[in-house]
Amino acid sequence: MTQPKLSVSGLTKTFARGSERIRVLDGIDLEIPENEFVSLVGTSGCGKSTLLSIVAGLEDHDTGSVLVDGQPVEGPGRDRGVVFQSYTLFPWLTARQNVEFALRAAGLKGADLRDRALEHLALVGLERFADAHPNQLSGGMKQRVAIARALSYRPKILLMDEPFGALDALTRHHMQELLTRVWERHRLTVLFITHDVEEAVYLSDRVAVMSNQPGRIKEIVPITIDRPRPYDITSTPEFMALHRRVLASIREESIRIAQMDDAIG
Amino acid sequence: MPRRSDARGQGLFRLTARLTPARFVAISCVVFAGLLAVWWGVTASGLVKPLFLPGPDRVFARLADLAASGQLWEDAGVSIYRIMVGFLIATVLAVPIGVLIGCYRAWEAIIEPVVDFVRYMPVVAFVPLTILWAGTGDGQKFLIIWIGTFFQQVLLIMDNVKRVPWDFVNVGRTLELKEREILARIVVPAALPGIWDSLRISLGWAWTWLVLAELVAATSGLGYRIVTAQRFFQTETIIGYILVLGLFGLVTDQAMKAIAKRLFRYAEARR
Repeated sequence: MTQPKLSVSGLTKTFARGSERIRVLDGIDLEIPENEFVSLVGTSGCGKSTLLSIVAGLEDHDTGSVLVDGQPVEGPGRDRGVVFQSYTLFPWLTARQNVEFALRAAGLKGADLRDRALEHLALVGLERFADAHPNQLSGGMKQRVAIARALSYRPKILLMDEPFGALDALTRHHMQELLTRVWERHRLTVLFITHDVEEAVYLSDRVAVMSNQPGRIKEIVPITIDRPRPYDITSTPEFMALHRRVLASIREESIRIAQMDDAIG
Repeated sequence: MPRRSDARGQGLFRLTARLTPARFVAISCVVFAGLLAVWWGVTASGLVKPLFLPGPDRVFARLADLAASGQLWEDAGVSIYRIMVGFLIATVLAVPIGVLIGCYRAWEAIIEPVVDFVRYMPVVAFVPLTILWAGTGDGQKFLIIWIGTFFQQVLLIMDNVKRVPWDFVNVGRTLELKEREILARIVVPAALPGIWDSLRISLGWAWTWLVLAELVAATSGLGYRIVTAQRFFQTETIIGYILVLGLFGLVTDQAMKAIAKRLFRYAEARR
């Protein structure tokens, strides 16, 4: 068996809230083999974004380990590309310059910069908007440029923190299709955070359901639907059965949390 | 005809109501003309004695005389020189310090409370002290302008820097940029439109502090001329110069806005 691209084991993270410590993540084990698309779903506040931040190296953890290609993660790095939920394109740069900014940080120079930036904008279908500033782009377009930027320097893993969370339903569907197309063509290792179950099932090879308080990985559901996946597979019985299964798993959690809150309150 | 919801709501108190630029300017002009008419009315009718409020005709005639004799330009030149130097010294110091304390909590702890404390000390109360320290020359004017603007600028700029989204910094981190590169290539450019706006606002205050300094102790400048005019009951000169000061403030403010529009075109929200 080959070594997983990303390996998280025994990860715990606590936050101080007043005088007590809240255990946000409790013994997280998760392995992602190369070129697999894994989504992490859970109720809000279950710690899924915290987990992504830790994998990105933007936040530290208490115990456990995060390995990329067997090497422990020490801080953020270009081997992991991150797409954030908030819009993070730099407004003073054009779409192309935003991608070039990342490429320059990765050490590219001269004509390579421009070519590689345009190539990645084309990948997300925005080559015509290369010279537009972010304020001229819609929310969906901004996130597409952000994806292009994160992919441009060829990280080993793409980390996506609810990247389509702020978009309207129709745009979100377009973005999901686009991401699926890009993924099917280029095969990337992706850790994708979302609270949208349909999105998770549609995009992923496996969906990890997180429990809440403390955050644990409760269940990993393999998504056995064939690829390529056109968007209309979302209405097939197979898809709907998986969708129901993941949803039921999350619902159990929210009911348990509600009862826990009642018991305390 | 398509129905436009905008068209129905052009009332004075309709939230989000739109106005064409031409109409905006027209309304402003009408208000200025109205104020001028009221001024002319109360003076021409003899309601107010010219000693207290001369008519606009007399004020403008006096200004024209002062402009023709060169007096107005000489006074304005001195004042503009003072405000430029004073404001530049304040700005050159405030921008790096504001950025520093906006970025780094430890530096904020060292500097911010002191600045916040000084900020609440009335500038007016510093005037006697500055005369004692720096005499009555240009140095004292610079000092008053500096005291009046620097501390405010530092706090405004700190806020501008703090408003830069954390995820912008995180993008820099995931690209393995060094902290100082993140500062120079991400935080500062991101905060720049806000910083420019803070400078514009503080420049407005700088005019006030300049005139204050010139009123109390000076031998030249617009403020000085106002005090001497009072001594000779030249109310026309006083009012004329106050209008000139207002005009300078308005012009510099609009100029700063126009420059921002060119420099930070990208920052304008699409509506």
